[in-house]
Amino acid sequence: MGRPTSHNDLLPHLFRQEYAKMTAVLCRHFGLKHIEIAEDIASDTFLKASEHWAMNGVPDNPAAWLYTVAKNKTKDYFKHISVFETQIRPALKPGEHEKEKELEFSDQIIADSQLAMIFTVCNPNNPPEGQICLALQILCGFSVEEIANAFLTKKETIKKRLQRARTNLRNDNFRIRLISETEIRSRLDTVLKTLYLLFNEGYFSKTNNQLIRKELCSEAVRLALLLTENLLTDTPQTNALLALMCFQSSRLEARTNHKGETVLFEAQDKSLWDKSLIEKGNYYLVNATNGNEISTYHLEAGIAYWHTASTGEKKWPHILQLYNQLILIEYSQITALNRIFAFAQVYGREKAIPEAEKLNLSESNYYHELLGYLYAELDIDKAVDHYKQAINLTRSKTEKQTLSKEIERLKEKNGR
Amino acid sequence: MKEFALIFRLKDITDFKPSPEQMQERMNWLGSIAAQNKLAGKGTTLLPVPGSAKTVKADKVVTDGPYTEIKEFISGFVVVKAETIDEAVEMAKENPIFKIGGNIEVREVLKRD
Repeated sequence: MGRPTSHNDLLPHLFRQEYAKMTAVLCRHFGLKHIEIAEDIASDTFLKASEHWAMNGVPDNPAAWLYTVAKNKTKDYFKHISVFETQIRPALKPGEHEKEKELEFSDQIIADSQLAMIFTVCNPNNPPEGQICLALQILCGFSVEEIANAFLTKKETIKKRLQRARTNLRNDNFRIRLISETEIRSRLDTVLKTLYLLFNEGYFSKTNNQLIRKELCSEAVRLALLLTENLLTDTPQTNALLALMCFQSSRLEARTNHKGETVLFEAQDKSLWDKSLIEKGNYYLVNATNGNEISTYHLEAGIAYWHTASTGEKKWPHILQLYNQLILIEYSQITALNRIFAFAQVYGREKAIPEAEKLNLSESNYYHELLGYLYAELDIDKAVDHYKQAINLTRSKTEKQTLSKEIERLKEKNGR
Repeated sequence: MKEFALIFRLKDITDFKPSPEQMQERMNWLGSIAAQNKLAGKGTTLLPVPGSAKTVKADKVVTDGPYTEIKEFISGFVVVKAETIDEAVEMAKENPIFKIGGNIEVREVLKRD
């Protein structure tokens, strides 16, 4: 990352990075019920930074500057606001309030607090979409507006989702201070699923904003990395998920062209694939085999691994078998459709057509896209018909464009 | 939606251990049913090798087999979801077991409330 020149460039990035960490540490300090106090102090700190830095320039160590201000603001808070006496102190167990005066921001405390915060936020009672919003807000420091942009949704909708999720968060009896092995074990699945969805939200996002997509992906990777740094959360599944994210991220640059249109896998410029991320993916995939359990993350990482491999004889049969295993563990429309694509690569498009038609997913644009692709060489009229249905069903503008181009190409080929 | 057990029978015990190609075909068949979201249970494969099968009869009589007594043996089963038995039969027809002289019994599962 290039060195930002003015505080205006620096602040949004720093805000994301440090706001989440600061809130995590403060929240662990105040307790979950008072998460708003923690967020207020963090917000005030950044407000002060934006004012002060505009006047006096960015300090040499901006993070340290922010933490010092946050510490002072916390001290002030305890001095001047009676809420502490009336609401917080009675809730504290004897002996615990000794720590209250010593707010610290060491690397270890930040790491512990963030881990605790991840497990706090990932509440199995929240519906997935609320869960991801909450994770983006609290764990990644995204504003409501940024979340709304990422989801292509109105701000009001996001606010409502967040409100519901936050009510669950406050009423949860989760012990953020004393997060234990049992709590980690009971929630790790939900945590991994949330990070998986967060990553996919970026990777398959409806928005064409490349910056938002990349940030969602890199936030998911950052949080997954955090999990691998703790013995309790560094499980084979965590490593498999991280491997999957690395393999997918390696193709992020090649997946869209300069207009933001999706570039199909076959047409991607492989020189744009990030080799170092592929190597990292390999590393975590090897770590993921330290156990007997094969999770969906293992299978998906395996598929993503084979996608990074050059086209060899074994590539598609392996991918097909992994899809067979994946669909046996967990049914999803996308897995079913991707499986047929792999089937077509192994046995040819003609044999894949009846397999595809059996799926009977005529309300899905991807289903028609797949059939359009399968019919393209055998029956151009049918292919065009399916592509047209896909255009009617999809809401993505760029997808409509890509499909229209494909129809034109087929019609030209047909000599019309 | 009803559920049907597809019970696989083989004649020759040497067919039990599939070649990589046969294994792939079987997995494709199972994957195809799962991809239609019509798999109710992944099912179970039953070992036919000596020492892996006994039959317990009245008066606590235990015999080896069943493969010693009848030629055909059950090699496993899966449970599928289908509207009618005919639909389940259509699924069974595509199984690669017939290539090696096996057969499939289709049986509706009694649903308990």
